[in-house]
Amino acid sequence: MNDLYLIFKNLTRKKLRFFLTCFAIFIAFLLFGAVMALKGALDSGIEMSADNRLVTVHKTNFTQPLPYAYVNKVKNIEGVKDVTHANWFGGYQGDPTRNQIITFAVDPESYLDVYSELSTEPQHKQNWLKNRAGALVGERLAQANNWKVGDQIPISSNIFSHKDGGQTWEFIIEGIFSAEDKQTDTNYMIFHYKYFMETQSWGGDYVGWLVLTTTDAGFNEAVAKRIDEGFTNSQAETDTSTEKAFNKAFIEQMGNIGLIIFSVIFMAFFTILVLVGNTMVLAIRERTGEIAVLKTLGFPSLRIFKMVIMESLFLSFAGGLLGIAAAYLAVAGLSEMLARFLPNLILGAEIIIQALIYMTLLGLVTGIIPAINALRLNIITGFSRG
Amino acid sequence: MSDEMLFSLNNITKSFVKGRENISVFDNLNMTINKGDFLAIMGPSGSGKTTLLNMLGGVDQPTSGEITFDGGRVDTLSESQLAGWRANNIGFIFQFYNLMPMLNAARNVELPLLLTHLNKTQRQKSVETALELVGLADRAKHMPSELSGGQQQRVAIARAVVSDPKLLLCDEPTGDLDRQTADEILEMLQLLNREFGKTIIMVTHDPSAAKFAQRTLHLDKGEFVEKDLVA
Ligand SMILES: Nc1ncnc2c1ncn2[C@@H]1O[C@H](COP(=O)(O)OP(=O)(O)O)[C@@H](O)[C@H]1O
Ligand SMILES: [Mg+2]
Repeated sequence: MNDLYLIFKNLTRKKLRFFLTCFAIFIAFLLFGAVMALKGALDSGIEMSADNRLVTVHKTNFTQPLPYAYVNKVKNIEGVKDVTHANWFGGYQGDPTRNQIITFAVDPESYLDVYSELSTEPQHKQNWLKNRAGALVGERLAQANNWKVGDQIPISSNIFSHKDGGQTWEFIIEGIFSAEDKQTDTNYMIFHYKYFMETQSWGGDYVGWLVLTTTDAGFNEAVAKRIDEGFTNSQAETDTSTEKAFNKAFIEQMGNIGLIIFSVIFMAFFTILVLVGNTMVLAIRERTGEIAVLKTLGFPSLRIFKMVIMESLFLSFAGGLLGIAAAYLAVAGLSEMLARFLPNLILGAEIIIQALIYMTLLGLVTGIIPAINALRLNIITGFSRG
Repeated sequence: MSDEMLFSLNNITKSFVKGRENISVFDNLNMTINKGDFLAIMGPSGSGKTTLLNMLGGVDQPTSGEITFDGGRVDTLSESQLAGWRANNIGFIFQFYNLMPMLNAARNVELPLLLTHLNKTQRQKSVETALELVGLADRAKHMPSELSGGQQQRVAIARAVVSDPKLLLCDEPTGDLDRQTADEILEMLQLLNREFGKTIIMVTHDPSAAKFAQRTLHLDKGEFVEKDLVA
């Protein structure tokens, strides 16, 4: 037997109370981990957008396609540097709900011009540009699936059918693209738009959305206005905004939800702090007589002080570590499902460290008052009360 | 009983401040306790028995006067020094046993050994010996709630003697027990006194409990009246 054993026995002597308090802390840290990961994903989506990059989507609904002819029209507008376009492929492997593979059909050359932060080995890039059935895979996606250059990968679409039957396309990985900034989304793959249009059964010539760069970020607003005005009263009116604004608008709703969740978390944390603190004070007060006995036997007050602090730290960490672990698993599960919208939904080391700090603080704050009470407890009054 | 002095109290005064009142419990109290003594202290409620025992046990300090234990001053020790002194020299036995409810009998007995430098094996050996001494070796794994009052008090006695202190202080050790169980406990204290040379100071209400002691001191309003009841 040692002090740790005593602490553990004290902590768990009332099983139900221990369980409930742990559970409350568990919930707090589960929420904390999940919301911090969500916030990180939202923030990075905005931060990672280039300053001079604009996105043009269908005005009514950004999921509706635009005519292919718009690409050249936009290219000729003053202030536009490069234009590219992309189509959502709806890719997956195996189970469509679980193993989504984010795949865009793009114009290869202009796409890499517009997304200049993406880099590929020059030889691989050339090979991809030449091979119409080739795919260029983002680093994170390749790592997640253990893919290498030269691999042949079957990707199914939950939207399109192959004109030869079935819904699966075979792609050859010609290259891997990566970005210097680790926050940049590389959890997706791209392939040739032309090849897509030729091989899918519906045919047609439309694009999902346009992405363009302006010659100078200062022209962004003017360029966006020119584009949208150019398509007023046409078959498909457009809505152009900076990539930043687009991402921001898209996640604004989520952001508002985020604020609500934040307030909820804050209140939850505060409530739990009070609850755990109160539980600790009560738990130690109930043991006044026992503490007096320990002191009588000759246990130094400081040792008892430490034992009480440790007890509340253990409590905090027992619930907190389980909570953050559950948050980690939840985020890992959700990030696959939400990869299209929130590519950076990860519960990283930074959040875990923050959580550990909060667990420590929670343990110290809730333990300090009962610990001081125990430290100061006079043996004689302890017996008369205990 | 040897004549070597264990405790000596000189000119002890003790008063409590309660609000604006000053309650004087002892005024110029003197006494000596020899090594190997088994002393019963009797007296009406409020006469100062517990206060005296607390001062002897170093959990309370006299307002003035000197307490010497085994040649060294106790009344001048700091709180943390006193804690160490208690751990080394005194075994406590309480009226309501005061075992830790979440620890089994063996671990309750082991508790004072956490304040020593004994290693795990040595501690276990001492615990076994102490439990055997009180006849509860077979109850080592039992929780206090699974033991009768008399058994709990025997565990408490094992806890009090496990670190082999010179002195046992007992405040109403049989106050919560029936006659027969009380006698068993008192016989055990007698055994510890006679066979193991423990000095014992026992506070009690009960004249038949006091009969087990070598001598009895009667405390009344903070003063001793010595009369030998056994004789
Ligand atoms: N902590 C204390 N504060 C104030 N008065 C006390 C305290 N402890 C004891 N007393 C007073 O001292 C006197 C002796 O008490 P005590 O030693 O408990 O007597 P006994 O144990 O003989 O019944 C009583 O009058 C009691 O009210
Ligand atoms: Mg008393």
